[in-house]
Amino acid sequence: MSRRERSAFQALPLHAICVVVGLSIVVPVLFGVLGGFKDNGQLATHPFGLPSPWITENYTEILGSSGFWQPLGSSVLIALVTTVLVVLASAMAAFVFARYAFRGRELLFTLFTIGLMFPFAVAILPLYILLRHLGLLDNPLGVILPQAAFGLPVTITILRGFFRTIPPDVEEAALLDGCTPLSFFWRILLPMARPALATVSVLAVVASWNNFLLPLVVFNDPAWWTLPLGVTQFQGQYAADVARILAYVVLAMVPALALYAVAERQLVGGLTSGATKG
Amino acid sequence: MAILSSGARRRLALVPFLLPALLLFVGLVLLPILLAGYTSLFKWNGFGGLPTQFVGLDNFVRLLDDEVFLGDLKRGLVLVLLSVLVQLPVALGLALLLNQKLRFRGLYRLIFFAPYVLSEVITGVLFTMVLSPRSGLVNEILGAFGVAGQTWLSDPDSSLLTLFFVVSWKYFGFHMILLLAGRQDIPPDLDEAGLMDGASNWQIFRYITLPLLGPTIRISVFLSIIGAIQLFDMVWVLTGGGPIHSSETLAVTMFQYGFRRYEVGYASAISVTMFLISLVFALAYQRFVLRRDLEGSVTTAGAMR
Repeated sequence: MSRRERSAFQALPLHAICVVVGLSIVVPVLFGVLGGFKDNGQLATHPFGLPSPWITENYTEILGSSGFWQPLGSSVLIALVTTVLVVLASAMAAFVFARYAFRGRELLFTLFTIGLMFPFAVAILPLYILLRHLGLLDNPLGVILPQAAFGLPVTITILRGFFRTIPPDVEEAALLDGCTPLSFFWRILLPMARPALATVSVLAVVASWNNFLLPLVVFNDPAWWTLPLGVTQFQGQYAADVARILAYVVLAMVPALALYAVAERQLVGGLTSGATKG
Repeated sequence: MAILSSGARRRLALVPFLLPALLLFVGLVLLPILLAGYTSLFKWNGFGGLPTQFVGLDNFVRLLDDEVFLGDLKRGLVLVLLSVLVQLPVALGLALLLNQKLRFRGLYRLIFFAPYVLSEVITGVLFTMVLSPRSGLVNEILGAFGVAGQTWLSDPDSSLLTLFFVVSWKYFGFHMILLLAGRQDIPPDLDEAGLMDGASNWQIFRYITLPLLGPTIRISVFLSIIGAIQLFDMVWVLTGGGPIHSSETLAVTMFQYGFRRYEVGYASAISVTMFLISLVFALAYQRFVLRRDLEGSVTTAGAMR
Protein backbone atom coordinates (compact mmCIF):
# COMPACT_ATOMS: atom_id res chain seq x y z
CA MET A 1 0.00 0.00 0.00
CA SER A 2 1.28 3.45 -0.77
CA ARG A 3 1.47 5.98 1.99
CA ARG A 4 -1.45 7.82 0.56
CA GLU A 5 -3.63 4.75 0.34
CA ARG A 6 -2.71 3.82 3.87
CA SER A 7 -3.72 7.19 5.26
CA ALA A 8 -6.99 7.00 3.32
CA PHE A 9 -7.50 3.56 4.85
CA GLN A 10 -6.82 4.88 8.34
CA ALA A 11 -9.36 7.63 7.81
CA LEU A 12 -12.06 5.02 7.16
CA PRO A 13 -13.24 4.64 10.79
CA LEU A 14 -13.41 8.42 11.08
CA HIS A 15 -15.60 8.60 7.99
CA ALA A 16 -17.73 5.80 9.39
CA ILE A 17 -18.36 7.82 12.57
CA CYS A 18 -19.20 10.93 10.57
CA VAL A 19 -21.56 9.05 8.29
CA VAL A 20 -23.42 7.50 11.22
CA VAL A 21 -23.82 10.87 12.96
CA GLY A 22 -24.76 12.50 9.66
CA LEU A 23 -27.41 9.85 9.01
CA SER A 24 -28.91 10.39 12.45
CA ILE A 25 -29.52 13.98 11.37
CA VAL A 26 -30.50 13.47 7.76
CA VAL A 27 -32.75 10.44 8.19
CA PRO A 28 -35.36 12.07 10.50
CA VAL A 29 -35.58 15.03 8.11
CA LEU A 30 -35.82 12.69 5.12
CA PHE A 31 -38.53 10.75 6.95
CA GLY A 32 -40.43 14.04 7.14
CA VAL A 33 -39.88 14.93 3.49
CA LEU A 34 -40.91 11.48 2.19
CA GLY A 35 -43.70 11.17 4.76
CA GLY A 36 -45.23 14.32 3.33
CA PHE A 37 -45.53 12.51 -0.02
CA LYS A 38 -47.39 9.56 1.49
CA ASP A 39 -50.90 9.10 2.75
CA ASN A 40 -51.55 7.88 6.26
CA GLY A 41 -52.15 4.32 5.09
CA GLN A 42 -48.68 4.21 3.54
CA LEU A 43 -47.17 5.81 6.63
CA ALA A 44 -48.66 3.11 8.83
CA THR A 45 -47.57 0.18 6.66
CA HIS A 46 -44.14 1.40 5.57
CA PRO A 47 -43.07 4.54 7.45
CA PHE A 48 -39.63 4.20 5.98
CA GLY A 49 -38.99 3.76 2.29
CA LEU A 50 -40.17 5.54 -0.79
CA PRO A 51 -43.79 6.54 -1.19
CA SER A 52 -45.77 4.53 -3.71
CA PRO A 53 -47.58 6.18 -5.24
CA TRP A 54 -46.16 9.65 -4.62
CA ILE A 55 -48.92 11.85 -3.30
CA THR A 56 -48.44 15.57 -3.69
CA GLU A 57 -51.73 16.82 -2.23
CA ASN A 58 -50.32 17.31 1.27
CA TYR A 59 -47.77 19.79 0.01
CA THR A 60 -49.86 21.46 -2.67
CA GLU A 61 -52.86 21.96 -0.40
CA ILE A 62 -50.72 23.59 2.28
CA LEU A 63 -49.01 25.79 -0.28
CA GLY A 64 -52.43 26.77 -1.61
CA SER A 65 -53.79 27.81 1.78
CA SER A 66 -53.27 30.90 3.87
CA GLY A 67 -52.55 28.65 6.86
CA PHE A 68 -48.97 28.53 5.68
CA TRP A 69 -48.36 31.86 3.96
CA GLN A 70 -49.90 34.04 6.65
CA PRO A 71 -47.59 32.80 9.48
CA LEU A 72 -44.67 32.87 7.07
CA GLY A 73 -45.32 36.53 6.27
CA SER A 74 -45.81 37.34 9.92
CA SER A 75 -42.54 35.61 10.84
CA VAL A 76 -40.66 37.48 8.10
CA LEU A 77 -42.06 40.88 9.08
CA ILE A 78 -41.38 40.39 12.79
CA ALA A 79 -37.86 39.04 12.18
CA LEU A 80 -36.95 41.94 9.89
CA VAL A 81 -38.25 44.73 12.10
CA THR A 82 -36.73 43.14 15.22
CA THR A 83 -33.37 42.86 13.49
CA VAL A 84 -33.29 46.43 12.22
CA LEU A 85 -34.27 47.71 15.64
CA VAL A 86 -31.84 45.65 17.71
CA VAL A 87 -28.91 46.17 15.36
CA LEU A 88 -29.42 49.92 15.14
CA ALA A 89 -29.91 50.47 18.88
CA SER A 90 -26.99 48.16 19.67
CA ALA A 91 -24.67 49.75 17.14
CA MET A 92 -25.33 53.19 18.61
CA ALA A 93 -24.71 51.99 22.16
CA ALA A 94 -21.69 49.89 21.16
CA PHE A 95 -20.23 52.95 19.41
CA VAL A 96 -20.28 54.88 22.69
CA PHE A 97 -19.03 51.92 24.72
CA ALA A 98 -16.18 51.25 22.33
CA ARG A 99 -14.93 54.74 21.62
CA TYR A 100 -15.75 57.14 24.44
CA ALA A 101 -14.51 57.29 28.00
CA PHE A 102 -16.85 58.48 30.73
CA ARG A 103 -17.47 57.68 34.34
CA GLY A 104 -19.74 54.68 34.83
CA ARG A 105 -19.11 53.31 31.36
CA GLU A 106 -17.93 49.88 32.45
CA LEU A 107 -20.74 49.65 34.98
CA LEU A 108 -23.30 50.43 32.32
CA PHE A 109 -21.73 47.97 29.92
CA THR A 110 -21.71 45.28 32.62
CA LEU A 111 -25.40 45.92 33.16
CA PHE A 112 -26.03 45.01 29.54
CA THR A 113 -23.78 41.96 29.61
CA ILE A 114 -25.65 40.66 32.67
CA GLY A 115 -28.54 40.23 30.27
CA LEU A 116 -26.49 37.56 28.47
CA MET A 117 -27.01 35.27 31.42
CA PHE A 118 -30.74 35.54 31.89
CA PRO A 119 -33.07 33.08 30.38
CA PHE A 120 -35.92 34.66 28.47
CA ALA A 121 -38.37 32.35 30.22
CA VAL A 122 -37.66 34.12 33.51
CA ALA A 123 -39.22 37.35 32.29
CA ILE A 124 -42.09 36.02 30.20
CA LEU A 125 -44.82 36.27 32.84
CA PRO A 126 -44.11 39.83 34.04
CA LEU A 127 -43.45 40.80 30.43
CA TYR A 128 -46.91 39.57 29.54
CA ILE A 129 -48.46 41.61 32.36
CA LEU A 130 -46.50 44.66 31.24
CA LEU A 131 -47.48 44.27 27.59
CA ARG A 132 -51.12 43.89 28.59
CA HIS A 133 -50.90 47.16 30.52
CA LEU A 134 -49.34 48.84 27.50
CA GLY A 135 -52.05 47.45 25.22
CA LEU A 136 -49.48 45.61 23.11
CA LEU A 137 -51.13 42.18 23.12
CA ASP A 138 -52.13 41.00 19.64
CA ASN A 139 -49.82 43.68 18.33
CA PRO A 140 -46.61 42.78 16.48
CA LEU A 141 -44.75 45.38 18.56
CA GLY A 142 -45.54 43.27 21.61
CA VAL A 143 -43.19 40.64 20.18
CA ILE A 144 -40.77 42.90 18.33
CA LEU A 145 -39.83 45.24 21.19
CA PRO A 146 -39.09 42.58 23.83
CA GLN A 147 -37.18 40.50 21.26
CA ALA A 148 -35.08 43.54 20.43
CA ALA A 149 -34.52 44.25 24.12
CA PHE A 150 -33.38 40.69 24.84
CA GLY A 151 -31.15 40.74 21.76
CA LEU A 152 -29.24 43.81 22.95
CA PRO A 153 -26.62 42.14 25.20
CA VAL A 154 -25.13 39.80 22.63
CA THR A 155 -25.38 42.34 19.80
CA ILE A 156 -23.75 45.13 21.79
CA THR A 157 -20.97 42.81 22.98
CA ILE A 158 -20.06 41.65 19.48
CA LEU A 159 -20.30 45.11 17.90
CA ARG A 160 -18.30 46.77 20.67
CA GLY A 161 -15.54 44.22 20.11
CA PHE A 162 -15.54 45.02 16.42
CA PHE A 163 -15.71 48.81 16.78
CA ARG A 164 -12.68 48.67 19.05
CA THR A 165 -10.59 47.19 16.28
CA ILE A 166 -11.05 50.28 14.09
CA PRO A 167 -7.96 52.44 14.69
CA PRO A 168 -8.50 55.77 16.45
CA ASP A 169 -6.66 57.52 13.58
CA VAL A 170 -9.66 56.97 11.35
CA GLU A 171 -11.88 58.78 13.78
CA GLU A 172 -9.40 61.58 14.42
CA ALA A 173 -9.00 62.20 10.72
CA ALA A 174 -12.76 62.31 10.29
CA LEU A 175 -13.21 64.70 13.21
CA LEU A 176 -10.48 66.95 11.84
CA ASP A 177 -12.38 67.06 8.57
CA GLY A 178 -15.35 68.39 10.50
CA CYS A 179 -17.30 65.17 11.01
CA THR A 180 -19.66 65.20 13.98
CA PRO A 181 -19.87 62.01 16.06
CA LEU A 182 -23.16 61.28 14.34
CA SER A 183 -21.82 61.62 10.81
CA PHE A 184 -18.71 59.62 11.73
CA PHE A 185 -20.94 56.86 13.11
CA TRP A 186 -23.32 56.86 10.18
CA ARG A 187 -21.04 57.50 7.22
CA ILE A 188 -17.78 55.88 8.28
CA LEU A 189 -18.14 53.45 11.17
CA LEU A 190 -21.26 51.57 10.03
CA PRO A 191 -20.04 51.03 6.45
CA MET A 192 -16.71 49.80 7.80
CA ALA A 193 -18.52 47.43 10.17
CA ARG A 194 -20.55 45.71 7.46
CA PRO A 195 -19.21 42.19 8.17
CA ALA A 196 -19.95 42.51 11.89
CA LEU A 197 -23.38 43.95 11.16
CA ALA A 198 -24.12 40.99 8.89
CA THR A 199 -23.10 38.60 11.65
CA VAL A 200 -25.29 40.14 14.35
CA SER A 201 -28.18 40.51 11.91
CA VAL A 202 -28.12 36.79 11.13
CA LEU A 203 -28.11 35.99 14.85
CA ALA A 204 -31.06 38.32 15.42
CA VAL A 205 -33.06 36.89 12.50
CA VAL A 206 -32.53 33.31 13.68
CA ALA A 207 -33.46 34.18 17.28
CA SER A 208 -36.64 35.95 16.18
CA TRP A 209 -37.53 33.25 13.67
CA ASN A 210 -37.31 30.49 16.27
CA ASN A 211 -38.99 32.34 19.12
CA PHE A 212 -42.05 30.52 20.39
CA LEU A 213 -42.81 31.47 23.97
CA LEU A 214 -43.31 35.20 23.39
CA PRO A 215 -45.59 34.99 20.33
CA LEU A 216 -47.44 32.18 22.10
CA VAL A 217 -48.52 34.47 24.94
CA VAL A 218 -48.80 37.73 22.98
CA PHE A 219 -50.81 36.58 19.95
CA ASN A 220 -54.28 35.31 20.63
CA ASP A 221 -55.41 36.48 17.24
CA PRO A 222 -54.36 34.00 14.49
CA ALA A 223 -53.80 36.96 12.14
CA TRP A 224 -50.36 37.52 13.68
CA TRP A 225 -49.31 33.95 14.37
CA THR A 226 -45.72 33.19 13.44
CA LEU A 227 -44.51 29.93 11.89
CA PRO A 228 -43.76 28.09 15.16
CA LEU A 229 -47.30 28.90 16.31
CA GLY A 230 -48.65 27.89 12.91
CA VAL A 231 -46.88 24.52 13.21
CA THR A 232 -48.29 23.72 16.66
CA GLN A 233 -51.75 24.94 15.64
CA PHE A 234 -51.63 22.78 12.50
CA GLN A 235 -50.49 19.80 14.57
CA GLY A 236 -53.43 20.27 16.91
CA GLN A 237 -55.91 20.71 14.09
CA TYR A 238 -54.87 17.68 12.02
CA ALA A 239 -53.82 15.49 14.95
CA ALA A 240 -54.54 12.20 13.18
CA ASP A 241 -53.30 13.28 9.77
CA VAL A 242 -49.61 12.61 10.32
CA ALA A 243 -48.63 12.86 6.66
CA ARG A 244 -50.13 16.32 6.38
CA ILE A 245 -48.37 17.52 9.54
CA LEU A 246 -45.06 16.20 8.21
CA ALA A 247 -45.58 18.14 5.00
CA TYR A 248 -46.24 21.32 6.96
CA VAL A 249 -43.18 20.79 9.17
CA VAL A 250 -40.99 20.22 6.13
CA LEU A 251 -42.26 23.37 4.42
CA ALA A 252 -41.72 25.33 7.64
CA MET A 253 -38.10 24.14 7.70
CA VAL A 254 -37.31 25.43 4.25
CA PRO A 255 -36.79 29.15 5.05
CA ALA A 256 -34.51 28.41 8.02
CA LEU A 257 -32.42 25.94 6.03
CA ALA A 258 -32.24 28.37 3.11
CA LEU A 259 -30.93 31.08 5.42
CA TYR A 260 -28.44 28.57 6.83
CA ALA A 261 -27.24 27.77 3.32
CA VAL A 262 -26.46 31.39 2.51
CA ALA A 263 -25.38 32.69 5.92
CA GLU A 264 -23.70 29.72 7.60
CA ARG A 265 -20.43 31.61 7.93
CA GLN A 266 -21.98 34.63 9.66
CA LEU A 267 -24.00 32.39 11.95
CA VAL A 268 -21.01 30.34 13.05
CA GLY A 269 -18.82 33.43 13.40
CA GLY A 270 -21.44 35.22 15.45
CA LEU A 271 -22.16 32.30 17.74
CA THR A 272 -18.54 31.56 18.48
CA SER A 273 -17.57 35.17 19.10
CA GLY A 274 -20.78 35.86 21.03
CA ALA A 275 -20.22 32.86 23.29
CA THR A 276 -16.54 33.33 23.95
CA LYS A 277 -16.35 37.11 24.24
CA GLY A 278 -19.61 37.50 26.12
CA MET B 1 -24.79 76.87 26.90
CA ALA B 2 -21.69 78.61 28.18
CA ILE B 3 -22.18 77.06 31.61
CA LEU B 4 -21.23 73.62 30.34
CA SER B 5 -17.61 72.83 29.65
CA SER B 6 -16.87 71.55 26.17
CA GLY B 7 -16.21 68.11 27.64
CA ALA B 8 -19.59 67.99 29.32
CA ARG B 9 -21.28 69.17 26.14
CA ARG B 10 -19.52 66.45 24.17
CA ARG B 11 -20.67 63.87 26.67
CA LEU B 12 -24.24 65.12 26.44
CA ALA B 13 -24.08 64.62 22.70
CA LEU B 14 -23.53 60.91 23.38
CA VAL B 15 -26.72 60.48 25.39
CA PRO B 16 -28.97 60.07 22.32
CA PHE B 17 -26.75 57.19 21.18
CA LEU B 18 -27.28 55.26 24.40
CA LEU B 19 -30.90 56.15 24.93
CA PRO B 20 -32.73 53.68 22.66
CA ALA B 21 -30.78 50.68 23.94
CA LEU B 22 -31.10 51.83 27.53
CA LEU B 23 -34.85 52.41 27.29
CA LEU B 24 -35.48 49.02 25.69
CA PHE B 25 -33.25 47.21 28.14
CA VAL B 26 -34.48 48.86 31.30
CA GLY B 27 -38.14 48.80 30.26
CA LEU B 28 -38.38 45.31 28.84
CA VAL B 29 -35.60 43.30 30.53
CA LEU B 30 -34.90 44.78 33.95
CA LEU B 31 -38.37 46.11 34.78
CA PRO B 32 -40.13 42.77 34.15
CA ILE B 33 -37.67 41.02 36.44
CA LEU B 34 -38.36 43.57 39.19
CA LEU B 35 -42.09 43.28 38.53
CA ALA B 36 -41.85 39.49 39.00
CA GLY B 37 -40.15 40.12 42.34
CA TYR B 38 -43.03 42.35 43.39
CA THR B 39 -45.92 40.16 42.25
CA SER B 40 -44.29 37.07 43.78
CA LEU B 41 -45.21 38.52 47.20
CA PHE B 42 -48.95 38.48 46.46
CA LYS B 43 -51.73 36.03 45.94
CA TRP B 44 -53.00 37.23 42.59
CA ASN B 45 -54.96 35.86 39.67
CA GLY B 46 -53.34 38.36 37.31
CA PHE B 47 -56.45 40.38 36.54
CA GLY B 48 -57.24 43.99 37.32
CA GLY B 49 -54.63 46.59 38.18
CA LEU B 50 -51.88 45.79 40.63
CA PRO B 51 -52.22 42.91 43.09
CA THR B 52 -53.55 43.73 46.56
CA GLN B 53 -53.52 40.55 48.60
CA PHE B 54 -50.06 40.66 50.16
CA VAL B 55 -48.85 37.29 51.42
CA GLY B 56 -45.16 37.95 52.08
CA LEU B 57 -42.98 34.97 51.29
CA ASP B 58 -45.82 32.45 51.39
CA ASN B 59 -45.45 31.65 47.70
CA PHE B 60 -41.81 30.75 48.23
CA VAL B 61 -42.60 28.67 51.29
CA ARG B 62 -45.21 26.83 49.23
CA LEU B 63 -42.55 26.08 46.61
CA LEU B 64 -40.55 24.11 49.15
CA ASP B 65 -43.48 21.70 49.53
CA ASP B 66 -44.39 21.55 45.86
CA GLU B 67 -43.40 18.16 44.55
CA VAL B 68 -43.60 19.26 40.95
CA PHE B 69 -41.27 22.18 41.62
CA LEU B 70 -38.81 20.01 43.54
CA GLY B 71 -39.07 17.45 40.76
CA ASP B 72 -38.26 20.19 38.23
CA LEU B 73 -35.05 20.92 40.10
CA LYS B 74 -34.14 17.24 40.09
CA ARG B 75 -34.99 16.82 36.40
CA GLY B 76 -33.04 19.97 35.56
CA LEU B 77 -30.04 18.50 37.32
CA VAL B 78 -30.45 15.23 35.41
CA LEU B 79 -30.57 17.14 32.11
CA VAL B 80 -27.45 19.13 33.02
CA LEU B 81 -25.56 15.98 34.04
CA LEU B 82 -26.58 14.23 30.85
CA SER B 83 -25.45 17.24 28.79
CA VAL B 84 -22.08 17.33 30.48
CA LEU B 85 -21.48 13.58 30.57
CA VAL B 86 -22.97 12.58 27.22
CA GLN B 87 -23.51 15.51 24.91
CA LEU B 88 -20.28 17.36 25.67
CA PRO B 89 -17.93 14.40 25.12
CA VAL B 90 -19.69 13.58 21.85
CA ALA B 91 -19.43 17.20 20.73
CA LEU B 92 -15.78 17.32 21.76
CA GLY B 93 -14.98 14.07 19.98
CA LEU B 94 -16.61 15.26 16.78
CA ALA B 95 -14.90 18.66 17.02
CA LEU B 96 -11.50 16.99 17.29
CA LEU B 97 -12.45 14.64 14.48
CA LEU B 98 -13.41 17.51 12.20
CA ASN B 99 -10.17 19.24 13.07
CA GLN B 100 -8.30 16.42 11.27
CA LYS B 101 -7.45 16.71 7.62
CA LEU B 102 -10.39 14.68 6.45
CA ARG B 103 -12.12 14.67 3.08
CA PHE B 104 -15.67 16.04 3.19
CA ARG B 105 -15.12 17.54 6.62
CA GLY B 106 -16.75 20.78 5.47
CA LEU B 107 -19.82 18.83 4.44
CA TYR B 108 -19.89 16.89 7.72
CA ARG B 109 -19.66 20.11 9.69
CA LEU B 110 -22.44 21.69 7.64
CA ILE B 111 -24.75 18.73 8.34
CA PHE B 112 -23.91 18.35 12.04
CA PHE B 113 -24.63 22.00 12.72
CA ALA B 114 -27.77 22.25 10.57
CA PRO B 115 -30.31 21.19 13.28
CA TYR B 116 -29.30 24.26 15.28
CA VAL B 117 -31.12 26.56 12.84
CA LEU B 118 -34.35 24.59 13.06
CA SER B 119 -36.57 25.94 15.81
CA GLU B 120 -37.23 23.81 18.86
CA VAL B 121 -40.88 23.74 17.87
CA ILE B 122 -40.24 22.35 14.40
CA THR B 123 -37.72 19.86 15.77
CA GLY B 124 -40.19 18.87 18.46
CA VAL B 125 -43.10 18.33 16.09
CA LEU B 126 -40.90 16.36 13.68
CA PHE B 127 -39.71 14.11 16.50
CA THR B 128 -43.23 13.58 17.80
CA MET B 129 -43.76 11.83 14.48
CA VAL B 130 -40.35 10.16 14.36
CA LEU B 131 -40.87 8.70 17.83
CA SER B 132 -44.54 7.93 17.41
CA PRO B 133 -45.31 4.41 18.67
CA ARG B 134 -47.43 3.82 15.56
CA SER B 135 -45.85 4.52 12.18
CA GLY B 136 -42.84 6.16 13.84
CA LEU B 137 -39.41 5.94 12.30
CA VAL B 138 -37.45 4.87 15.37
CA ASN B 139 -39.63 1.90 16.23
CA GLU B 140 -39.60 0.84 12.60
CA ILE B 141 -35.80 0.84 12.54
CA LEU B 142 -35.63 -1.00 15.87
CA GLY B 143 -38.13 -3.50 14.55
CA ALA B 144 -35.81 -4.26 11.65
CA PHE B 145 -33.24 -5.35 14.24
CA GLY B 146 -35.83 -7.37 16.11
CA VAL B 147 -36.14 -4.93 19.01
CA ALA B 148 -39.62 -4.34 20.36
CA GLY B 149 -41.06 -0.85 19.88
CA GLN B 150 -41.15 1.60 22.78
CA THR B 151 -43.60 4.33 23.67
CA TRP B 152 -40.73 6.81 24.22
CA LEU B 153 -42.53 10.05 25.07
CA SER B 154 -45.66 8.65 26.67
CA ASP B 155 -43.85 6.48 29.20
CA PRO B 156 -42.91 8.26 32.44
CA ASP B 157 -39.78 6.13 32.69
CA SER B 158 -38.37 7.14 29.33
CA SER B 159 -39.83 10.59 28.63
CA LEU B 160 -37.04 12.63 30.22
CA LEU B 161 -34.30 10.62 28.55
CA THR B 162 -36.08 10.84 25.22
CA LEU B 163 -36.45 14.59 25.69
CA PHE B 164 -32.73 14.81 26.35
CA PHE B 165 -31.91 13.00 23.12
CA VAL B 166 -34.10 15.28 21.04
CA VAL B 167 -32.60 18.37 22.71
CA SER B 168 -29.13 17.00 22.03
CA TRP B 169 -30.04 16.26 18.42
CA LYS B 170 -30.64 19.97 17.99
CA TYR B 171 -27.81 21.37 20.11
CA PHE B 172 -24.79 19.04 19.93
CA GLY B 173 -23.71 20.72 16.66
CA PHE B 174 -23.67 24.10 18.40
CA HIS B 175 -21.34 22.84 21.12
CA MET B 176 -19.25 21.08 18.51
CA ILE B 177 -18.84 24.33 16.58
CA LEU B 178 -17.75 26.18 19.74
CA LEU B 179 -15.22 23.49 20.59
CA LEU B 180 -13.97 23.31 17.01
CA ALA B 181 -13.36 27.07 17.03
CA GLY B 182 -11.56 26.69 20.35
CA ARG B 183 -9.45 23.85 18.96
CA GLN B 184 -8.50 25.86 15.90
CA ASP B 185 -7.26 28.67 18.13
CA ILE B 186 -4.61 26.38 19.59
CA PRO B 187 -1.40 27.05 17.66
CA PRO B 188 -0.33 23.97 15.64
CA ASP B 189 3.26 24.50 16.85
CA LEU B 190 2.25 23.08 20.21
CA ASP B 191 1.14 19.76 18.71
CA GLU B 192 4.32 19.63 16.67
CA ALA B 193 6.46 20.36 19.69
CA GLY B 194 4.67 17.53 21.49
CA LEU B 195 5.27 15.16 18.59
CA MET B 196 8.96 16.11 18.47
CA ASP B 197 9.26 15.27 22.15
CA GLY B 198 7.80 11.85 21.40
CA ALA B 199 4.37 12.36 22.94
CA SER B 200 1.68 9.89 21.90
CA ASN B 201 -1.59 11.11 20.42
CA TRP B 202 -3.28 10.46 23.74
CA GLN B 203 -0.64 12.44 25.61
CA ILE B 204 -0.99 15.35 23.21
CA PHE B 205 -4.74 15.30 23.75
CA ARG B 206 -4.48 14.94 27.51
CA TYR B 207 -1.69 17.41 28.22
CA ILE B 208 -1.94 19.95 25.41
CA THR B 209 -5.36 19.99 23.73
CA LEU B 210 -7.60 19.42 26.72
CA PRO B 211 -6.06 22.04 29.05
CA LEU B 212 -6.02 24.64 26.29
CA LEU B 213 -9.63 23.84 25.42
CA GLY B 214 -10.56 24.37 29.08
CA PRO B 215 -12.05 27.84 28.63
CA THR B 216 -14.21 26.72 25.70
CA ILE B 217 -15.37 23.61 27.54
CA ARG B 218 -16.35 25.70 30.56
CA ILE B 219 -18.36 28.07 28.39
CA SER B 220 -20.05 25.14 26.69
CA VAL B 221 -20.98 23.72 30.12
CA PHE B 222 -22.23 27.13 31.22
CA LEU B 223 -24.49 27.44 28.17
CA SER B 224 -25.84 23.90 28.69
CA ILE B 225 -26.82 24.75 32.23
CA ILE B 226 -28.48 28.06 31.37
CA GLY B 227 -30.25 26.23 28.54
CA ALA B 228 -31.52 23.52 30.88
CA ILE B 229 -32.91 26.10 33.33
CA GLN B 230 -35.05 27.77 30.70
CA LEU B 231 -35.94 24.77 28.53
CA PHE B 232 -39.53 25.27 27.44
CA ASP B 233 -40.41 25.05 23.73
CA MET B 234 -39.17 21.52 23.14
CA VAL B 235 -40.86 20.18 26.28
CA TRP B 236 -44.09 21.97 25.50
CA VAL B 237 -44.28 20.48 22.03
CA LEU B 238 -42.99 16.97 22.78
CA THR B 239 -44.72 16.09 26.04
CA GLY B 240 -46.23 19.21 27.61
CA GLY B 241 -44.22 18.16 30.67
CA GLY B 242 -45.97 14.82 31.04
CA PRO B 243 -46.83 12.13 31.50
CA ILE B 244 -47.43 12.82 35.19
CA HIS B 245 -44.81 15.58 35.22
CA SER B 246 -42.05 13.13 34.28
CA SER B 247 -40.48 15.53 31.78
CA GLU B 248 -41.58 18.86 33.24
CA THR B 249 -39.12 21.73 33.64
CA LEU B 250 -39.17 24.92 35.74
CA ALA B 251 -40.27 27.00 32.79
CA VAL B 252 -43.17 24.65 32.01
CA THR B 253 -44.37 24.63 35.63
CA MET B 254 -44.18 28.43 35.69
CA PHE B 255 -46.15 28.61 32.46
CA GLN B 256 -48.81 26.22 33.73
CA TYR B 257 -49.40 28.25 36.89
CA GLY B 258 -49.10 31.66 35.27
CA PHE B 259 -50.98 31.20 32.00
CA ARG B 260 -53.24 28.21 32.58
CA ARG B 261 -54.26 28.27 36.23
CA TYR B 262 -54.04 32.04 36.75
CA GLU B 263 -51.99 31.74 39.92
CA VAL B 264 -49.81 34.61 38.82
CA GLY B 265 -48.32 35.33 42.25
CA TYR B 266 -47.18 31.76 42.64
CA ALA B 267 -45.91 31.58 39.05
CA SER B 268 -43.96 34.79 39.69
CA ALA B 269 -42.31 33.12 42.65
CA ILE B 270 -41.17 30.36 40.27
CA SER B 271 -39.87 33.01 37.82
CA VAL B 272 -37.97 34.72 40.61
CA THR B 273 -36.53 31.39 41.69
CA MET B 274 -35.37 30.68 38.14
CA PHE B 275 -33.83 34.13 38.06
CA LEU B 276 -32.04 33.62 41.36
CA ILE B 277 -30.76 30.20 40.34
CA SER B 278 -29.36 31.67 37.10
CA LEU B 279 -27.91 34.67 38.92
CA VAL B 280 -26.25 32.77 41.74
CA PHE B 281 -25.05 30.13 39.37
CA ALA B 282 -23.70 32.65 36.83
CA LEU B 283 -21.90 34.69 39.48
CA ALA B 284 -20.46 31.63 41.19
CA TYR B 285 -19.41 30.17 37.87
CA GLN B 286 -17.71 33.40 36.84
CA ARG B 287 -16.10 33.76 40.22
CA PHE B 288 -14.78 30.24 40.61
CA VAL B 289 -14.68 28.58 37.22
CA LEU B 290 -14.31 31.20 34.51
CA ARG B 291 -12.08 33.50 36.57
CA ARG B 292 -8.84 32.04 35.33
CA ASP B 293 -10.02 32.38 31.75
CA LEU B 294 -10.94 36.02 32.09
CA GLU B 295 -7.77 37.05 33.85
CA GLY B 296 -5.69 39.12 31.52
CA SER B 297 -8.33 39.16 28.80
CA VAL B 298 -10.62 41.63 30.52
CA THR B 299 -8.91 44.91 31.13
CA THR B 300 -10.00 48.02 32.88
CA ALA B 301 -7.13 49.92 31.31
CA GLY B 302 -9.35 50.78 28.36
CA ALA B 303 -11.83 52.51 30.62
CA MET B 304 -10.07 55.87 30.61
CA ARG B 305 -8.57 56.63 27.30
